[in-house]
Amino acid sequence: MNQLNQIAKELLTSQKVKLVIGYGEGTDGRVRPVFVRKSEDASQLIWDDRCRQNLAVYLNKTEIREIGFPIAIVSLPATVRSIVQLIAEHQFQVEDVIPIVQEGANVTTIENKERLEQYAAANPVVFPPFVVEEIENIRNKSVEERFEYWQEELSRCFKCYACRAACPLCYCERCITDVNTPQWVCVPPHAIGTFEWHMNRAMHLAGRCVECGSCTIACPVGIPIGLLTMEATRIAREELGYEPGIKCDVPAALATFRPDDKESFIL
Amino acid sequence: MTYYTISHNNLLEFLKSIRAQGKKLIAPQQREQKIFFMETDDVSSIVFDYIQTSISPKDILFPRVEPLITYELTADALQVNDRAEQLPSISTVLFGARPCDAVALTMLEKFFAEEPGDPFVEKRAKQLTVISVSCSKADSYCFCTSVGVSPGDTRGSDILLTPCENNEYYVEVLTEKGNDLVQKSQNLFNKSEKKEKEKYLANVSSDIPAEEISKRLENAFNNPLWNEASLRCIGCGTCAYVCPLCSCFDIEDEGTQKCGTRLRCWDSCGFALFTMHTSGHNPRRTQSERWRQRVLHKFSYLPQRVQVFGCVGCGRCSRACPVDMNLKEQLQLIKEAL
Repeated sequence: MNQLNQIAKELLTSQKVKLVIGYGEGTDGRVRPVFVRKSEDASQLIWDDRCRQNLAVYLNKTEIREIGFPIAIVSLPATVRSIVQLIAEHQFQVEDVIPIVQEGANVTTIENKERLEQYAAANPVVFPPFVVEEIENIRNKSVEERFEYWQEELSRCFKCYACRAACPLCYCERCITDVNTPQWVCVPPHAIGTFEWHMNRAMHLAGRCVECGSCTIACPVGIPIGLLTMEATRIAREELGYEPGIKCDVPAALATFRPDDKESFIL
Repeated sequence: MTYYTISHNNLLEFLKSIRAQGKKLIAPQQREQKIFFMETDDVSSIVFDYIQTSISPKDILFPRVEPLITYELTADALQVNDRAEQLPSISTVLFGARPCDAVALTMLEKFFAEEPGDPFVEKRAKQLTVISVSCSKADSYCFCTSVGVSPGDTRGSDILLTPCENNEYYVEVLTEKGNDLVQKSQNLFNKSEKKEKEKYLANVSSDIPAEEISKRLENAFNNPLWNEASLRCIGCGTCAYVCPLCSCFDIEDEGTQKCGTRLRCWDSCGFALFTMHTSGHNPRRTQSERWRQRVLHKFSYLPQRVQVFGCVGCGRCSRACPVDMNLKEQLQLIKEAL
């Protein structure tokens, strides 16, 4: 991936960015996020099929913010959508972040709003076949069976909040579950506590989740937790006509009232 | 101490007989791509081929959520029930722990035995018999030998099985509890001489001198390496929750003015809320300060205070970390940088 290294090197040499966030070799054949600040370190950047984490999660991290914008970031299609969504949610400006993307056989940068929105719309997130299958499988269940399914899956949840930590859209400085005067979400990791947490997270990501799957990948106990936020986003898409991550200036799906909003799907 | 050998098939029979005696059997089982210690009635569901389970067995002694007291206010009295007194008496057998896990369980027991003591952990530890299996394989995440544990360590186990040739295990019966179990199924075991088991064990190199690292950490608080090393840390609690020794907890009250429950839940120093003051001030403002706390607690504060490392080198935190934070690598970096 010489093109990638070249682009990163130029961005840093020209001082166009202070930091390039990308993937590098990790331990035991894994990849890990790397943070390149010097052009001579650009050679550690790699890009292959192992690179699945949505790196947009770092754009709201305190230590990264302290390094300062502009930041270039090696981006999968879902990462670009997260960036667009974060711009729509006023987390930073278009010029603060330069996505480095694959376009056909080329690696290139996106440096203006039109290109950004165009790329996001033209490159939807492609789910692996087992995800499509699993969604279909759950949708075909009765309400009772679905409840049983999630009861079984969530019984393994010990609330490490890796789903939240891995999610670029879970950037609240104080998450609802951490608000404890009074306590809004039931904290203990028993049946009610885990359900309450994951239902809350799904509702908060309805119309915002870009379906990158980072939460599912991060889960240390193997819960396909991303299916919940994906389903919430599907409902927002179908019922409210809202597609997250493709427009830089749209109001939030669940924080906006329109007189013609459907009410049929509200419990 | 007595020694036996047992065939794989007889071992399954032995585990079956344990269950038949009405004991609770907890053993490694696979779900999705992960391996968990779970209660089982069916010994054929037990997994044998793993380097280390994904999740540690600590919740056998220290469950992720535990009611401590319940209270009820009636017209004329406040009634408080101590849940420790209501803990069920059920003899439990943990099968398939690695030697590092068995060592960790004894350390966990000691942490909770510190004043004023903990009747929950104490009672569970008394009821628990540990049948461990030595490590014949290790991976790059394992570093038990650097923290004074070994792939055939007998500490904390009641029975230790070491896989050897011909699908057989060499059996070391180490305690009275272990002996009681073996005596009940004596016909499944063959008497053996004491064996040299080294040749059956995984080779885990001990290239990180943890004691030396402890000393270097005494002056490491303000070193810039913490920030560099933890830039990629996303601040989840995975490392703490898969760790066999992390034992920080949070107390939660659930209920109303009339009745409710006080619960103890796992907590992690990786969370911002862990040190958040009521005022909103957080003495560990950034993730790098939280990561530093994790490393210093395990490799500096605990050795200073109770002369043990808060780590048995099982490698679970590094295997489970979604962003490849690797504890062994961190220790190597400290060794090189300080």
